[in-house]
Amino acid sequence: MALTREDIVHIAKLARLELSEQEIARYQGELSKILDYIGELQQVDTTGVEATAQVTGLTNRLAEDKIQPVDEARRQRLVDAFPLREGDYLKVKTVFE
Amino acid sequence: MAELFELTVAETAEGLTKGEFSSVEVTKSYLGRIDKLNPDLNAYLTVAHESALVAARSADERLAKGEQGALLGVPIAVKDVIMTLGIRTTAASKMLENYEPSFDATVIKKMREAGAVILGKTNLDEFAHGASTENSAFGPTKNPWDTKRVPGGSSGGSAAAVAADLCTAALGTDTGGSIRHPAAFCGVVGLKPSYGRVSRSGLLSMTSSTDVIGPITKTTVDAAAMLGLLAGEDTYDQTAAPIRIASNAFTEALKRLDLSGLTVGVPRSFIAAGLLPSIAERFDEALKSLTKLGAKIKDVELPHAKYGIAAYYVITPSEVSSNLARFDGIRYGHQNKTAKTLFEVYAKSRGEGLGPEVKRRIMLGTYALSAGYYDAYYKTAQKVRTVIARELDAALESCDILVTPTAPHIAFPIGEQSDDPLKMYLEDVFMSPASLAGLPAISVPMGFAAGEDGVEMPAGLQMIGRRFGEGTMLTGAHLFEMALGKPARRPNLG
Repeated sequence: MALTREDIVHIAKLARLELSEQEIARYQGELSKILDYIGELQQVDTTGVEATAQVTGLTNRLAEDKIQPVDEARRQRLVDAFPLREGDYLKVKTVFE
Repeated sequence: MAELFELTVAETAEGLTKGEFSSVEVTKSYLGRIDKLNPDLNAYLTVAHESALVAARSADERLAKGEQGALLGVPIAVKDVIMTLGIRTTAASKMLENYEPSFDATVIKKMREAGAVILGKTNLDEFAHGASTENSAFGPTKNPWDTKRVPGGSSGGSAAAVAADLCTAALGTDTGGSIRHPAAFCGVVGLKPSYGRVSRSGLLSMTSSTDVIGPITKTTVDAAAMLGLLAGEDTYDQTAAPIRIASNAFTEALKRLDLSGLTVGVPRSFIAAGLLPSIAERFDEALKSLTKLGAKIKDVELPHAKYGIAAYYVITPSEVSSNLARFDGIRYGHQNKTAKTLFEVYAKSRGEGLGPEVKRRIMLGTYALSAGYYDAYYKTAQKVRTVIARELDAALESCDILVTPTAPHIAFPIGEQSDDPLKMYLEDVFMSPASLAGLPAISVPMGFAAGEDGVEMPAGLQMIGRRFGEGTMLTGAHLFEMALGKPARRPNLG
């Protein structure tokens, strides 16, 4: 499965990753090779086989819909982790332009 | 008497209980050795000198009151992908270089309650993506047995720290082999519990459907004791199985004296290809040893296990691309300061903060999940996962445990295959099927094997158990370990 340069640029955009020209060239070759290997999966007869998303056998485990307040110390740690803030508010670039 | 840092978890706990030494003394013994050896080995990314001594003093107070516990006052290391309050958690990534967690992972809460002393956080492949610990943004960890070689991965720092006596035991994580692989390469015990046996709350998610936390230890006795303390349901992780077990449940399994009545399955055609001859020899000796212990050896066929890597490397990057979307430079972690738009904040912060293998997996996963390719890749991989899991479950109906070498070869030199991502993915070949099926598996040392250059390095035997059947698996691993005896050699680290 040969990926084009445009494929790589498109995937990087979907993934919100800025790549250098060097990285684009590198991933174009490497991902094509990995996809060739993954292509082996087509050899397996999966007719009528259900997909496995998880193996626990557990279904619809529900937690009580109750707010658990965090203490002040944890709230402060969360705020302190903000890369950009104004007071205790998280600051972001304009979302709607 | 042996140096304090040479003791196992069980020996340390015994000495502490008897008052032969204090937790502060044993903690200082490790901190001194870490200061001496870690600059070269790079097993720890962060050493928590102060908080370790605070925890040790508190454990000594509990011991003085007559309290006893398998980990009370015992110094351990933690893979740096598990949240620790008060100790930065980096995932070996520039993205989280200065990240201070706001809470303790459930396993860390349990370890602290048990009185364990956390010495520090160990190196890994960035975000646990890799099988050599070379993908760390903070430099590779070296194998204590030969510092020119990799320790395996991704929990390479944890395995190297245990092998080099830089902790009594460590926590690792295993998604497709990341506990077992470095345990084999470093000659220590690595236990991957059944999926859901241990809460993942506070583990930085990689592949949520296969991620498991487990112990890396010097002995199976220590692994059983630690698993007993780590296991159990958790309101913060709905995939943790609601199975209550006593903390000594796994230790009890080690009381058997032989393997009579147990059937050990060997998937010979699955493991035949590409096996290093000396590994094949150690494996044959291991089978003889298991026979001598009373086990019945039975050949089993796992015709689809060979597709494990291909399925794993669709499912893992897919889940990675989704899980790592949270690293957007907005709420925490690295943020690019020149970005003009929101899109640029995301793309530039991620482009700068994430390393080559992490980006590779995000790209691969984004592609596999994108419109038009979802059915061909992700859906197909999930169906193959079903086939592989059913096949293993069927084999484990007629067998109590399955055995394979943990890896087909020994630890390779640093840099030898870091430019070949596909070759690195194939490191997980014998380990990924158990991960996809959520089965417990353990790697125990099976002696030393010579590579093509004649250099001997540790080799590991993998045992795979039934889902939530860690007990029987530990019985087999423990008796094999006893039969093999303690290795006469130790890493030569001065």
